[in-house]
Amino acid sequence: MLVPMPSTPFHQYELDSAWDEMLEPDGSPRSHYRQMVQLLRDLPADEIYRRKQAADQAFLHQGITFTVYGREEGTERIFPNDLIPRIITGAEWAHIERGLEQRIIALDLFLADIYGEGKILDDGIVPREMVYTCRQFRRQMKGIRIPRGRYVTITGSDLIRDPSGNFLVLEDNLRVPSGVSYMLTSRQVMKKTFPKLFQRSGVRPIEDYPQALLSTLRSLAPNRNSEPTIVLLTPGVYNSAYFEHTFLARQMGIELVEGRDLVVHDSVVYMRTTAGLRRVDVIYRRIDDDFIDPLVFQRDSILGVPGLFNAYRAGNVTLSNALGTGVADDKALYAYVPKIIKYYLDQDPILNNVETFILTDQTSREYVLDNLDKLVVKAVGESGGYGMLIGPHSTAEEREDFKQRILSDPRNYIAQPTLMLSRAPCFIEGSVEARHVDLRPYILYGEKVTIIPGGLTRVALRRGSLVVNSSQGGGSKDTWVLHS
Amino acid sequence: MLSRVADSLYWMARYLERAEHTARLVEVQLNLMLDQEPGSSERRWGRILTSLGLEPPASFAIEGSTIARMLILDHSKRSSVVSCIMQGRENARQVREQVSSSMWIQLNRVFHEIRRVAHSETESDLAEFVAAVRDAGYLLQGITDSTMVHDEGWQFIQIGRYLERAQSLTKLLDVHYREFFPKSETGGDARDHLEWIGLLRSCTAFEAYCKTYTADLRPDRIAEFLLLNPEFPHAVRFSIDTVQRSLNSLPEASESRKASRLVRLAGRLSASLSFTQVDEIMGQGIHSYLEGIQRQCGQIHSSAYQGYIDYPIEMALPA
Repeated sequence: MLVPMPSTPFHQYELDSAWDEMLEPDGSPRSHYRQMVQLLRDLPADEIYRRKQAADQAFLHQGITFTVYGREEGTERIFPNDLIPRIITGAEWAHIERGLEQRIIALDLFLADIYGEGKILDDGIVPREMVYTCRQFRRQMKGIRIPRGRYVTITGSDLIRDPSGNFLVLEDNLRVPSGVSYMLTSRQVMKKTFPKLFQRSGVRPIEDYPQALLSTLRSLAPNRNSEPTIVLLTPGVYNSAYFEHTFLARQMGIELVEGRDLVVHDSVVYMRTTAGLRRVDVIYRRIDDDFIDPLVFQRDSILGVPGLFNAYRAGNVTLSNALGTGVADDKALYAYVPKIIKYYLDQDPILNNVETFILTDQTSREYVLDNLDKLVVKAVGESGGYGMLIGPHSTAEEREDFKQRILSDPRNYIAQPTLMLSRAPCFIEGSVEARHVDLRPYILYGEKVTIIPGGLTRVALRRGSLVVNSSQGGGSKDTWVLHS
Repeated sequence: MLSRVADSLYWMARYLERAEHTARLVEVQLNLMLDQEPGSSERRWGRILTSLGLEPPASFAIEGSTIARMLILDHSKRSSVVSCIMQGRENARQVREQVSSSMWIQLNRVFHEIRRVAHSETESDLAEFVAAVRDAGYLLQGITDSTMVHDEGWQFIQIGRYLERAQSLTKLLDVHYREFFPKSETGGDARDHLEWIGLLRSCTAFEAYCKTYTADLRPDRIAEFLLLNPEFPHAVRFSIDTVQRSLNSLPEASESRKASRLVRLAGRLSASLSFTQVDEIMGQGIHSYLEGIQRQCGQIHSSAYQGYIDYPIEMALPA
């Protein structure tokens, strides 16, 4: 259906069953998008184009790139950024905020429990074998008292909006979520691109994220040392998110270290500096569990620090996030999160889950195998849009392949209905078109929960596509959370 | 600062200085080849290779331009200009956030240009190309000095650059004086005259020398200028003085015994270059004097490594 606003630049804009962020079902602009619509109508086409060019240049010059795995040539790419911000009202945000806070607190309690007494397992709320068969479960963490008892410090949850406009949690990224540098740089660029609109709209600031992250990390230092040494541990220049690591380290004013910069002596972590060894108290690690300590985890890892786990166990260093947090963002355990919230907080979830089929359950499995063409199948341990089948867009061959994979390892897969993600206006080749989006807000949890008003809105830039991952043709746009 | 970062900056500077030095040697040689007499060109290529620590070819059947191409563009030779630039860039890439964006852009520009020439099939004008590489080196140094904070990291760049310069200068001088110095005592001839100009120009020193001593080329004065001049940037003494200044401005290394050894080593070499007379050097034999400098540069390098970069953990634990 075409919108009843045929005027340029909206002549290509489509409305259908998906929730539209900008327009009411009757095609009139939602109140919080009115100024934006007006501006896009008033600006001459070449002026929009000029601003788009200027914004692209800004990204190019800042070298904001990411790496695509599995290809030899041209692995480093500029992250495509869409010009038109996604706008969220103050009321919508307040709801999201409460929901995420509730969810993170519950997941943190869950992790403390399963690596501690395991009450939720004893009470049969979450099946024991579901936890212990999770590849992200780290038995080495069992019974360890980690500094300050905080498991998830930094989370980037993925939210989507269903056709009725409800926000749902699609996944919780509790390991090493990335993308926050795109959020911050696209805000900088957007302020330059639409300064007047920005000022008039009353957008809540996000620029204090690095300070908020720093004070969160500081609050988790193992001893009551008022000036703890905090470092960011990166896998190095070849990692896809290296740009983000340098960006955050610089913004926080902390040292960016690699595994080879750190040494452990008598269960204390030091970094090698030109002025000798310096004790390290908190490590914001951007390395996966598996690679962090070759003595305990993957033995051939050269990215990690031998002995780090011992120092951690001795309580001499804080790792953020804690090790083993991946068990709580396992895509199968995800289905239990509403029960987990109920169990620890005695509350109903404020943000709902997406309906999820657990494939170890025979009835569900049969249903899923019969309906592969309608469902989305995901490997439980993968992220970034890898290892995924999107039923309606798949070939018979792909479906057969996934069927075999599910049958040989049902624990490793889950299925969900194909979701109509909401759509937001994007600037595509001179006109404004609707594209599917999701939302990744960033949540910090030190002594209390802090949620930055905004986040990364990811866009599936290909028409009709539902995959927003940067590695699969996605882009991003600035996210404006309004004061009112 | 992190030891790894200091290490990368140090080697970035060393490799880039080495690339510039090699490019200049080739540039001067290509120019000298224009008025050569039979045989002189082959011997000159032989000397260049020796001074760069490479084996001279067994037979001189190889064309000069082939050797030039190898020295500039051969990826498989670690000391070729292209290899040095690649390694300098790789070191910079490892500490991308420590170098200024202007430096990184300039470094990439040189890198892509040299790769383009290396991959192109057409026989390019090598002389023009080496001149461009040399200029790109000057530009990079200028950008580094004017866009980077002159903090600890920059001091490591200085140490790397000038230690490398002192070492390549002394090697070049050594090879040259071995061949020409005994002869020139008996007067020297016109061909030798050309060789001495070549030496000076390989150190960008011809005009500067003439300004100081007039165009009267005398081996002892040339030695004095290239070894002992405190004001000329491509003289050994200038280089060592710069290294010493940078070392002194580094913060105390944790284990002060190591640091003081380093300061002593650099101070001694600098003092020797400040107070030695050129007649003494020529009298006792320039070869052994140059060897002494080489050895001391090596000691400064390893001592800096032990003090700041590759120290044993036990000796560096905080008290």
